[in-house]
Amino acid sequence: MVYDALVAPFADFEFMRRALVAAIALALGAAPIGVFLMLRGMSLVGDAMAHAILPGAAVGFLLSGLNLFAMTVGGLIAGFAVAILAGVVSRVTELKEDSSLATFYLASLALGVTIVSVKGTNIDLLHVLFGNILAMDNQTLMVIAVNATVTLVVLAVIYRPLVIECVDPVFLRSVSRAGAPAHLAFLGLVVVNLVNGFHAMGTLLAVGLMILPAGIARFWSRDITGMMMIAVVSALLSGYAGLVLSFHSKVPSGPAIILVASAFYVVSVLFGRVGGILRQLFPAPHLEA
Amino acid sequence: MVAQLQFRDVTLGYERHPAVHHLSGEIASGALLAVVGPNGAGKSTLFRGIVGILKPLAGSIAFGDLDVRDIAYLPQSAEIDRSFPISVFDFTGSGLWRAIGAFGGLGRRERRRIVEALGAVGLNGFENRPIGTLSGGQMQRMLFARVLLQDAGVIVLDEPFNAIDAKTSADLLALVRRWHEEKRTVLAALHDMDLVRANFPETLLLARGAVAWGPTVQALTGDNLSLARQMCEAFDDGAAACAAHVPPRAA
Repeated sequence: MVYDALVAPFADFEFMRRALVAAIALALGAAPIGVFLMLRGMSLVGDAMAHAILPGAAVGFLLSGLNLFAMTVGGLIAGFAVAILAGVVSRVTELKEDSSLATFYLASLALGVTIVSVKGTNIDLLHVLFGNILAMDNQTLMVIAVNATVTLVVLAVIYRPLVIECVDPVFLRSVSRAGAPAHLAFLGLVVVNLVNGFHAMGTLLAVGLMILPAGIARFWSRDITGMMMIAVVSALLSGYAGLVLSFHSKVPSGPAIILVASAFYVVSVLFGRVGGILRQLFPAPHLEA
Repeated sequence: MVAQLQFRDVTLGYERHPAVHHLSGEIASGALLAVVGPNGAGKSTLFRGIVGILKPLAGSIAFGDLDVRDIAYLPQSAEIDRSFPISVFDFTGSGLWRAIGAFGGLGRRERRRIVEALGAVGLNGFENRPIGTLSGGQMQRMLFARVLLQDAGVIVLDEPFNAIDAKTSADLLALVRRWHEEKRTVLAALHDMDLVRANFPETLLLARGAVAWGPTVQALTGDNLSLARQMCEAFDDGAAACAAHVPPRAA
């Protein structure tokens, strides 16, 4: 019975196994990135970036149809262009990063919609909007796995400057020139992981496996290492449980994964060890010193 | 005495408006200099110029053979994200950046240095606390510990004793004196004239330009202080371009 519900879908169907592998790779890369986005107050920036990659993917789609490689490269180009332009504008001028990013992503989104409506016939853009984690071919799985690997390696390399840049940017600037490259590399990783999520869950939900696990982690840990561990674990669990849920019901797989993550989030807000609502209503007795 | 820092007719400011206007002079190696002046006099701006965060609008600042990244700079602490989940130990350890860089490991020696620095500022036992749980005074002690670890020849402190109780500022002032004895060059922006008179041999009285610069007793006279207070704080949006403007050149 339990086996039928939880294991059999993956044992019996190859597309479920592929989907699970994709979800695991996505979770490993996206969750730590999401923790940094949250700590820098950039959660919505991730969302904005997800929209920014649309025109690039659309151009790739129009040029070569549902060709994965073309869509990935297009999305990466559009995403990097927006991220780097916004980063450069906010560093060179007084404009804050969020407002310069908002400008560029709106321009990018408008461009994407224009391209689609000028060139588009009756193109199936459902794939672009919602992705399909249940239709992972070898090529797509490989792209997602490579992107996740690159993410973890680059994150390890830029980890120290990135942390110090978050907590005390003025100090980092006074001792090192690594701050700006680390920040740009980080924005690059955001884009890489959005393109990743884009294949599995589409442009609308791509950012979900970044932001929700990070929000969950905040309620269970006080230090950044613990947060990243918890974020990865909750992303993995959401991916697995979401696939099981969608297999047994009519809920589409992408939304199912995000809905499960949302449920974890609600539980965390209520019962979280660090600042959860229950903890605030019934605090433990205060200490002697 | 060798000049450690040289201001060559330097003008620093924001959007063409000068906050430090045509400052010239030099700071000797090993000097202990107080920078005094009313709010808006340009003290913080001058320091931001020294550490290279702000580019001069005109003139230049020369460092001799000093790398600008080897200046330890303590800004006003409002610029630190105190909600970030990092421990006192890790935060303080960032002072070792010039020694270990982005990838160097924290060996036993480095760990001992961090613990010693925290001990020197009276923060024993705080190693594992998140920085968000520190009081204002404890925060300032931790920042001094990081400056200790930077082991810098030039130390720039921006209003280090603001909103700090007497005990804490006395402890931190002892560190400043120790740095002076170790022949480091120390600059501090300060508002407490008695503290300056008692501890700082040299003073720069700043009010956009230098009102007085020299031995503290001669710089901090009543006449000079009231002259500095008369300085107009507001930028004049309709101000004409400064006649003495010379484009900045490489230091």
